[in-house]
Amino acid sequence: MSVPLTLLGLLEREPSHGYDLKRNYDTYFGREKQLPFGQVYATLGRLARDGKVIGGEAEPGEGPDRKRYAITDLGRAEVDSWLADPVEPEPHLQTILFAKVTLALMLGKPAAAYLDKQRSAHIRRMQELTELRRNGALVDVLLADHALFHLEADLRWIDLTSARLAELAAVVTPERAPRQ
Amino acid sequence: MSTPVVTRAHLVKARDVVKSFGQTPALRGASVAVSPGEIVAVMGPSGSGKSTLLHCLAGIFAPDRGEVWFDGQRLDTLGEAERTKLRRTTFGFVFQFGQLVPELTAADNVALPLLLNRVRRRAAYQIAQAWLDRLGIGDKGANRTGELSGGEAQRVAVARALALAPKVIFADEPTGSLDSLTGEKVMDQLTGLAREAGTTVVIVTHDARVAAYAERVVMVRDGRVSGDLGAVGEQVSAAKAVR
Repeated sequence: MSVPLTLLGLLEREPSHGYDLKRNYDTYFGREKQLPFGQVYATLGRLARDGKVIGGEAEPGEGPDRKRYAITDLGRAEVDSWLADPVEPEPHLQTILFAKVTLALMLGKPAAAYLDKQRSAHIRRMQELTELRRNGALVDVLLADHALFHLEADLRWIDLTSARLAELAAVVTPERAPRQ
Repeated sequence: MSTPVVTRAHLVKARDVVKSFGQTPALRGASVAVSPGEIVAVMGPSGSGKSTLLHCLAGIFAPDRGEVWFDGQRLDTLGEAERTKLRRTTFGFVFQFGQLVPELTAADNVALPLLLNRVRRRAAYQIAQAWLDRLGIGDKGANRTGELSGGEAQRVAVARALALAPKVIFADEPTGSLDSLTGEKVMDQLTGLAREAGTTVVIVTHDARVAAYAERVVMVRDGRVSGDLGAVGEQVSAAKAVR
């Protein structure tokens, strides 16, 4: 999640004070990790320095910063470009899971049992997310769906790898250094 | 997985069940126990024996060896007629392709098991309509099931399974023929309504997203139940707290 670009995008919707911007961000994008006020104002400061937003005159009232920020043409162009560029489809070939399984086989440890434990952990998390989406708001449902599909993909990999452990062991075990 | 101790606390149990089809072994000593009101998913790859296990638990197949218990009673030693009666009166079923009667209307299909159990016609159709309403397809009662979409037909199957107020619903790949969004809605309704009614549900699926609707997930591999994968408890409470 790119915080500066997301804040810029929110500012393209309408000019906002830092406080409202944070509230909007937290509502849609910060459900698991809310944005600290300090980060909002620091980011707005950098965006203003780079000419992507303009801060208005400070308005009277409480709070650290009563400026109303508006996006510039430069900022708008950056948001357009960011939205139009596809996200890098990361293959995740070197995941922690892969490393653990390979190492377990190299060390003669019970890789199948580790995968079973992982499968169990994945299923439990999927149960939590399914429960969450049962009564959740649409935003939560969509976020849970995203996580569920990724977990499901992991599970398929776990199943396939479980079935191929003997093959994988044959590949990685000869490279194990003999013990002294 | 260790053999479950047979107690009345378990509504459905299999103990060291062995079942072969000709020379092909499907179950090689499968044991599982399900408590009343529990929703359990049985997962496993194709050919692992999970559907055979469900059919043995439901008294559709008689095991070659081992024991199947229902509500403190040996199921595997009952005769075919007694098992059929039990299936008709006490169990509900949801299969992948609904197995509805296409020439009959949705309301007929839901009312049918009630009529077979000597519920009066008027009452049977009132109950059927109430379940169709609860599943959001109350306006489809007069449609022949052959005219319904896959999702609607599967909801009719869920209504039919629940209408009889069964003690257990056995569901075999209940969303296997549906697109993912429709499948999720059907699972949401099946598990939600079963929970409300306190009905025990045993779901066989190869799909982890479907299994995640259950409170407990067990894995079948090579004809044996290899272990519990997940029991929802504290984790869900934590998830609720996050909400």
